[in-house]
Formats: sequence, structure tokens, C-alpha cells
Amino acid sequence: MSSPTEATAGTAEASASAVRVFAATAWREHGLAALLLAPALLCVLLFFVYPLGHAVVGAFAIPAAGDAPPGWGLGHFARAFDLYGTDIVFTGVLVSSSVLLTGVLAVVIAGYLTLGETPWAVATLRWLYRWPLFIPFIVAAQMMRSFLAKNGLMNNTLVGLGVLEPIQTIGFLDWRGVVATFVWKQLPFVTLLVAGAMAALDRSTVEAARNLGAGRLRILLEIVLPQVKRTLAVALVLSFVTMMSVLSVPVMINAGSPTLITVDMAYRINAHGDYGVANALGIISYLMTGLVAWIYLKHGIRQHGGDPR
Amino acid sequence: MTAALSRLPGWVLRGLILGLLAFAIFGPLVNLGLWAVTEKWYFPAKLPMQYGFAFWERVFSPRGGAMQSLANSLLIAASTVALSLALSIPAGYALARLRLPMRTAIMLLFLLPQAFPNLPVYMNIAAIFYRLELNGTILGVVLVHTVHGLVLSVWIAAAAFAAVDRSLEEAARNIGAGPLRTFATVTLPLAAPGLMASAIFVFLESLDEFTGTYFVGVPDVTTLPLLMFNASMGGNYQVAAITALILLVPSIGFMLFVERFLKAEVLSKMGS
Repeated sequence: MSSPTEATAGTAEASASAVRVFAATAWREHGLAALLLAPALLCVLLFFVYPLGHAVVGAFAIPAAGDAPPGWGLGHFARAFDLYGTDIVFTGVLVSSSVLLTGVLAVVIAGYLTLGETPWAVATLRWLYRWPLFIPFIVAAQMMRSFLAKNGLMNNTLVGLGVLEPIQTIGFLDWRGVVATFVWKQLPFVTLLVAGAMAALDRSTVEAARNLGAGRLRILLEIVLPQVKRTLAVALVLSFVTMMSVLSVPVMINAGSPTLITVDMAYRINAHGDYGVANALGIISYLMTGLVAWIYLKHGIRQHGGDPR
Repeated sequence: MTAALSRLPGWVLRGLILGLLAFAIFGPLVNLGLWAVTEKWYFPAKLPMQYGFAFWERVFSPRGGAMQSLANSLLIAASTVALSLALSIPAGYALARLRLPMRTAIMLLFLLPQAFPNLPVYMNIAAIFYRLELNGTILGVVLVHTVHGLVLSVWIAAAAFAAVDRSLEEAARNIGAGPLRTFATVTLPLAAPGLMASAIFVFLESLDEFTGTYFVGVPDVTTLPLLMFNASMGGNYQVAAITALILLVPSIGFMLFVERFLKAEVLSKMGS
């Protein structure tokens, strides 16, 4: 009869060799994985992370001027705020309001797609809302440039229908045009994600609320929306980043001042070769994006986590 | 009778709201289409005063630049797809099938290029590429487009490989196929629809990309979006509209067929 210790020792030995074999395969697997991942990772490091570092360094590095040696400082930021302070505020307000408007409209459309009771209206809406999904920003900008102009098709249609007199027409090619283009382009994306999340919900809570006599608006706001808040937050943060990246829309639609800081960055570089201020503006756009991401995601996740409040 | 009447306002209301939405969505598209076939249109005419295709001839004549830009755009998009697939097939396979430490961190690293506003990065890539003499080259533009699309192609590839049934691979190994042969004859063909979807995404993104090309492509590489931008800023709405229409065809085509390419079981594994 083998003693319990012997048996344990045997098992331990077997498991130790199993661990060795496992470790060896794990190492081989890790090596293989590293090899397979290396080219793609290298590409991101070289052509994204390195230029990103370049931007940060460029924003804080002060070149030698006269007797002063090169150094570090906030000089470029001071100049950026000095020259483009209004544009920075304008960018924050304009992009935030575009994102909020997109969010509200997306919830309304997705909510109707989920809770709507008129089949033909739901089907039409589902077919309708997606069209701009893959239309490039630059094409959207060109469309809006002609559509929203004083003599564009929008005013012409309203005049033709007798809603407006020709003398009352105004062009919308300013901040309103930028908001309209951003919302027009991003709405299908946010709606698609939110409607997808709503469709995946457990319908029983909705049915229960409906049986208790709750209206559809109340069901949307109090039962459906809290459950898809995280998806909505992610979609809106991504939209914020996208809007902060687009150069063509503000250049083509909002020619005057104030304008978005993307335009200012391109201008600093193309007209002055001034990478310092351009990079400082870039870092400011990162900080704005980071702040918004933090607010939305914190809010979205806290709500999602079933906080009793 | 009264029931039918009381239903009428709701019916009308829905129709009205949907009509307004349709106007907001299709109005700009129609306006663009009109400009593409306009010869003369100025205030106060509500619709084009003269229709015709004269500008199409101009755009597609050798001096119009559209053919050259289209060729550049297609070459860049095709090269971007090839490079993206070459990078994302091995990376996606590793992420889907192999044990990895810090897997989430690696997935997020690929997301970085789309998590930051990309203009500051493009300005600095342009400065770096200028020193490397990559500015104004097709290769430079392809690299920029590839990095931007990498999150899509790697995530979709990982999802596509994860959706392949492992037991089929094991069956191939059991009847004597080596790992490479199993990959080439079982895993890759089964993941192909997902990879195809990622290729189409990357192709479209590259075709439509403006900001990166604007910084890195100057002065020698003109793509369709750049041609459109220059025409629009120069006030030539016809040329801009015609170029925009060329860009619209693949975008809308893809919107209509996206669900056929991207299957639900792949979508459900995205980013996980």
C-alpha cells in the first residue's frame, strides 16, 4: 500500500512535468504570437505613437532664440490661447453641441425603431436613416455647401412650397452649417450602434412596463435608455473624436472667423511653418477629447453598473 | 368611422416627420446630383437653367485630372488593403487563437490611431516623412492610410478567426495536415468573408481619406478627395459634384450591402 505522501509526490511530479510542458508550449506560443503581431504593432508604433510623441515634444519645446538656449516651456500654449482663444472655446461649444444633438436624435430614432408600433413607419425609418453612413465627410461638406447656401436647394424648396418669401432666405454656411453637416454625417453611425444595443435588450422589462400602462416615451427614457447608456456614450465619444479630426467640413462650410482649431492648425503649418503653436493646439484638442471621454464614459459606466441611486 | 378618423392625424404626423427626415437626408444628395448635370445655374433660378454633360467631358479629359486622381486613389486604396491584410491576418490570428499576455492592452493599442483626433499626428507624420523623403509619395500615403485603418482590419480579422470552429482545424490536424496547411486550407477560407469585409472597409476608408493625404500627399499625389476639395474651393461646383458622385458610388453601394459582408457572428465577436 503506497503511503499518501508517495502518491502526492507522484502527482506533484506528474503535474510538475505537465507544467514544464505547458510552460514550454506557452513560451513557444508567446514567441509565435509576438512574431505574428510584431509587424502590425511596429506599424502603429512607428507611424502613430512616434508622431504623437513628436507632437507632444513640439508643443513644449522652445527653440533657441537670440541668446536664450533651447528649453521647455508653455510659450506655445500661451501664444495659442492668445491667437486662438476664441476658436478654442468655439470648437468646444460647437463640437459638444453637435455631439449632444446627434445623441438626442439618435436616441429618438433608435427608440422609435425599437418601440414603434406602426410597421410601415418603422420600416421606412430603418431604410431612411442609414444613407449617410459611409458617405465621406468631404462629400457631405460639398453637399451641404450647395444645399444650405442662400440660393441652395433647401431655401429654393421652401420658397417653392410657399413657406418662405425669397427675401427671407438666409444662407446657413457658418457654424450652423458645420453643426448640420456633423449631425447629418454622424447620426446614422450613432443610431446604428444604439439601435443595435436596444434590439439586444431583454424585452420583458419593456413588456412589463407596457402592461402597467407606461407610455412609450417613458419606457424609452426610464427603461430602455439607462440600459444602452454605455453604448451611447462610446458612440458619442467616437463621434466627438471624429468631429475634432475633420478638416474639410470647417474649411469648406465655415470660412469666416471664429472657426474650428483644426483649421487653425493647418493654417499655422501651411502659412507659417509654425509647428510649435500648431502642436500646442493639437495637445489642446487632445485634452478636450480626453475630458469629454472621461465625462461620458464615467457617467455611462456608473449608470450601467446598476448604481442604486 | 370615428376610429378611422381619429387614426388619421397620427398617420399624417408620421408621414410628415418621415417626409421632413427624407428631405434632410436626400436634399443634399439631390442638390449634389443636380450640380453634376448643370451647365448654368445662378441666382435667382430655383433649379438649374441648363442641363448637360459638358463638365463631365472636362473632368474626364486628360487635362481635367480626374482620371489621374482616380488612378492614384485606386492604386493607394488597393495597396492599403494589401498592406493591411498582410499585417492584420497574422495579428488577428494571434489575437484570436494564441495565449497572449496583455491581450486587452494590445487590442487597445490598435485602437489608439482612432481614439485621438488625428490632425496633430498627420502634421507630425508629414514633418517626419519630409525628412525621410516620403512626402508626396504613394508609399507615404499608403502608410498613413494603413495605420488609420489598422484597428478595423485587426479587430475584424481577430473576430473572423475567433468565429472559425476550432473542431474543424483539429479534424484537419488529426488526419495529418500540418499547422500551416491547416491554416491555409481550413482556417483562412472559413475566415475569408470576415477578411473580405475588413478589406472593403479599409478600401473605402482609404478611398475617402482626406486629411492625411492633404498633409502627406502634397504636392505630387492628388487623390479624388483632394481633387474635389480643390475644385470646391476654386468655386467650380460642377467639377466638385462630379468628383463627389464618383466617391459616392462605392460608399452607398457598401451601405446597402454591408450586412451581407459582415455576418452577425463576426460582428458579435468584434473587439472582444
